[in-house]
Amino acid sequence: MSRVAFTRNLQRHVACPPCVVAGATVQESLDQAFALYPRLRGYVLDEHGALRFHMAVYVDGVPIADRRGLSDPVSAASEIYVMQALSGG
Amino acid sequence: MDQLLVSTRKGLFSARRTARGLWDLESVAFLGDNVSLAMQDPRDGAWYAALDHGHFGAKLHRSRDRGATWEEIGVPAYPTPPEGHVEKDFLGREIPWRLIRFWCLTPGLASQPGLLWAGTLPGGLFWSEDGGTTWTMVEALWNMPERRKWAGGGADVPGIHSVCVDPRDGNRVVVAVSSGGVWHTKDRGRTWTAHTKGMRADYAPPELVEAPESQDPHRMVQCPAAPHVWWIQHHNGIFRSTDDAMSWTEITDVKPSVFGFPVVVHPRDPDTAWFVPAIKDERRIPAEGRVVVNRTRDGGRTFETLGHGLPQSWAYDLVYRHALALDDSGERLAFGSTTGSVWISENAGDDWITLAEHLPPVHAVLFV
Repeated sequence: MSRVAFTRNLQRHVACPPCVVAGATVQESLDQAFALYPRLRGYVLDEHGALRFHMAVYVDGVPIADRRGLSDPVSAASEIYVMQALSGG
Repeated sequence: MDQLLVSTRKGLFSARRTARGLWDLESVAFLGDNVSLAMQDPRDGAWYAALDHGHFGAKLHRSRDRGATWEEIGVPAYPTPPEGHVEKDFLGREIPWRLIRFWCLTPGLASQPGLLWAGTLPGGLFWSEDGGTTWTMVEALWNMPERRKWAGGGADVPGIHSVCVDPRDGNRVVVAVSSGGVWHTKDRGRTWTAHTKGMRADYAPPELVEAPESQDPHRMVQCPAAPHVWWIQHHNGIFRSTDDAMSWTEITDVKPSVFGFPVVVHPRDPDTAWFVPAIKDERRIPAEGRVVVNRTRDGGRTFETLGHGLPQSWAYDLVYRHALALDDSGERLAFGSTTGSVWISENAGDDWITLAEHLPPVHAVLFV
């Protein structure tokens, strides 16, 4: 079971405490998180299911490679972190 | 109307009239969030606030208790592009098929309860039949080949900022597009035709000066009581139509400038309209550092330049297309600026009072 955590900046809009999921990919894992917090999906993904331009997802400290299909693999011990793609100062 | 909603870069502020000529800010919703615009549905009184979260996308909220509480509702979804399709505008820049921002919200007629129209960036038109809970794209407009010629203005991608539903027939809708022209439908969106005869775009290449898609309306309004009369503040100047927006007459010789973004028309007198002039193009500031409002009461033959109560020196407030409002009386006006000032007039613009000087940049104002 992997753990998904969300930036605190999202909490202001959608309550989304960390959750535990069982997915083989980022998409499967996030889908389970969105099942818990349905309104969260539109804050993280666009209408086509791609990661929003100014969002970032890390798996075990590494930014995901497939921002469109979210196919990056996730292991049972993975930590998934959803945050803003910081830009500017 | 005794309340004003001010949509800003950092929240939706509310001001209330407390006495004759006295207005005070009283509350703020969505503090810290970018509120693109607000709308009140005259049929059921519901308020709508469109947000543009930089990271988290565009959202829509609705209040049924005049702002005491808000609920997040649905947002339009763009269609999925064909596999491998990368759309580019006519200058070769990519146009994403996803919702970037709400740019206008317009209710349907009293006979169309629940019907809302939304103009969006990039270049989208949507309707909702359930008060904004779910949305349907007007695909005939999106799929129209001429849409690819829309260039945008006021944003990096084309957008629909004005949607006018004909009070005589709710299936007749006219939309205005920055650097994209003016488009009519008579069948609630199934077919579209441009009508820009009389408009010109001096900034375009010579062969495109009169092309429909070159026309850059900044804001378009229709007189509710005389719906055959229309006004447009265009990049190139002020245009007026008295034939159901089929053809347009340019109004020139307007001091201090014929350029600007917003226009409002009197609800019962189609000859009376207000504008906020600015120096055009690269500068986009008030002429001579003076904030003024232009008013015509004779259909554009003459204009009065009104500045009593407005800063008349060292002022560089720019007023965006949705940031000038008129109430139902036709007497109360308000406008807000990119530098966070808001002014209100209770006598059709003759005198102005300052509501605020230090708000975040103002996107839109609305009497409710």
